[in-house]
Amino acid sequence: MTQATDTSKLFENQPWLDPDAEPFVKIRALTKTFGSFTAVSSVDLDIYEGELFSLLGGSGCGKTTLLRMLAGFEEPSSGTISIDGVDMANIPPYQRPVNMMFQSYALFPHMTVEQNVGYGLKQDRVEKNEIAERVAEILAIVELTPFNKRKPHQLSGGQRQRVALARSLVKKPKVLLLDEPLAALDKRLREQTQFELMNIQHQLGVTFIVVTHDQEEAMTLSTRIAVMDQGQFSQIGTPTDIYEYPQTRFVANFIGSANMFEGRVVENGDNHVIVRSSHGDLSFYIDHSFEIRENIGVSIALRPEKITLSREVPETIDEYNTVKGIVDDIGYLGNFSIYRILLENDKIIAVTHPNQSRPRDARHLAEWDDEVLLSWAPSSPILLTK
Amino acid sequence: MLYRFRQFLESARAWQSAIVAVPYFWLLLFFLIPFFLVLKISLAEYIVASPPFSKLIQFGEEGQMYITLIFDNFVFLWEDDLYYKTYLNSLRISIISTILCLLIGYPIAYGIARSTPTVKKILLLMVILPFWTSFLLRVYAWIGLLADQGTINDLLIGLGIIDQPIKMLYTDFAVLVGIVYTYVPFMILPLFANIERLDLTVHEAAADLGAKPFTIFRTITIPLTMPGIIAGSLLVFIPATGEFVIPDLLGGGNVLMIGRVLYSEFNLNQDWPVASTVAIVLLLLLVIPMMLYQHYQAKEAEAE
Repeated sequence: MTQATDTSKLFENQPWLDPDAEPFVKIRALTKTFGSFTAVSSVDLDIYEGELFSLLGGSGCGKTTLLRMLAGFEEPSSGTISIDGVDMANIPPYQRPVNMMFQSYALFPHMTVEQNVGYGLKQDRVEKNEIAERVAEILAIVELTPFNKRKPHQLSGGQRQRVALARSLVKKPKVLLLDEPLAALDKRLREQTQFELMNIQHQLGVTFIVVTHDQEEAMTLSTRIAVMDQGQFSQIGTPTDIYEYPQTRFVANFIGSANMFEGRVVENGDNHVIVRSSHGDLSFYIDHSFEIRENIGVSIALRPEKITLSREVPETIDEYNTVKGIVDDIGYLGNFSIYRILLENDKIIAVTHPNQSRPRDARHLAEWDDEVLLSWAPSSPILLTK
Repeated sequence: MLYRFRQFLESARAWQSAIVAVPYFWLLLFFLIPFFLVLKISLAEYIVASPPFSKLIQFGEEGQMYITLIFDNFVFLWEDDLYYKTYLNSLRISIISTILCLLIGYPIAYGIARSTPTVKKILLLMVILPFWTSFLLRVYAWIGLLADQGTINDLLIGLGIIDQPIKMLYTDFAVLVGIVYTYVPFMILPLFANIERLDLTVHEAAADLGAKPFTIFRTITIPLTMPGIIAGSLLVFIPATGEFVIPDLLGGGNVLMIGRVLYSEFNLNQDWPVASTVAIVLLLLLVIPMMLYQHYQAKEAEAE
């Protein structure tokens, strides 16, 4: 077994780790300004073939503008986009090897499902029989065959969504752009469709770029996520990277929820860092090292589910990674409960606890005003400098 | 009883029926009754009397009632090819005017609908502005422009482009100019309302799927603005067919249109029955496209 085959296997599903891999979509120093407002500010991005890549951010962060520049609806103020090695500057939307699925679906209201889906092929002067064949094929994939003669207004929201998907996929684009593909669906349908979308992407092998504001959606769907804020990428990485190793306060707060502590580095060892919280008697021992100077101000993010809650409060508690508090509020969500714990320094932190057993008297792990002990593993605190 | 009547008056349904009743009453009084009067006169014959037509219902000495329906006028219209030709000419002119209004109005409506809100207001005002001056005055102004010694000919001769004035006034051309000029706002406004409502992402979707701008216009924009096109076209076509003032002033005796025939039968010949028949036939000609429009609208409503 040689080294080469090992690495190729390693990179098979993670082409972004391979320094030799050629990105499929290459964005360099891309900027878009509207008057004095900068929507996208000099971003670089590589997306590899077959990825399901998400652009995640709040409204106005520039994610949709970026997508529209990829589709060719907005012209970049500066910077370049190339897709499959071809520079996209001066190529109009109708000649780009990309298709887009619009948030509003933008179905043609005067055409049947079949005509909608076949429209793109007709523009390419594909032969009539072939159009019929390919339309039937894609409608079968999205399970809309019985509805092929209906008009958009005769379909449900979920069906319209699938017509839009079929229409944008039927031309076998090199890249499919999806603008909030699931936003218009209700929660149950959204969850179901997420998996359908992943299956279809896997089946067809098309590179997907998804714009979404829904972090759960991005986490479920994506191979990688770019978190966008104020026209720039805060972080690009796999869902696990983004969630477990956020690099900025914004990302830590935006993806999932996090308890944030301000503090100061009091000790920086070879394999650990100790941070003392600036309010109260709370110290974090982190079991991996950082390149950071001592005595510098940092933030610590701690995920609610990484904290263990216990009613057994000893007289003396550990110096690090433990803290006493009082149950201030309990939110019962069925599968888990959220406890809001009031610390001695008046700070409130959230702890989630899965409801693994089925208590007969519906009592919680701890009750209101109980004194509890919170603790967490030394691998859990996330140290943030930005 | 009185109490129940009061209760009825105070109920919401009473007011609903009252509000619906107003337009029905209006249409009955000013449309349906006059229509039947005209229909009645068209089925009478011309006599020298006042009013100058025979009575529909007459009573005999012993109280018998005679109803006389005379279809001569309709036969007369059918046999005399003056009327037949005039109807055709009216239709020809109104169809050409409608097409011209559409060709001119569509780009204008599109431009207005796509402009910024401030510019949009100004442009719309400019479309409506001519209505603030008298219609007759505006048509007379065209005489001054189109006459042999009018502004346009003077200008062209002055510039040395032509030696002899081009005959424009009292031709089909002048009538078409007059009708198109007068009716183009009726084309623009419904089209504007339609185009403004269009979802632009649908155009982007078509471009994204590979359609070039003209293809998008042909396959997406036109079908989606068809209700506006039809509404605007009917608003131009229907009044243009029966137009009297414009062909009279700008066409003189050279352009025969049914409105002028109607006028001369009624006022010059005093032949009310023939004039009424002309009007009834004109109405039938116009009702057909109106029914088509109704049908189309019903289909649209069904679609939404």
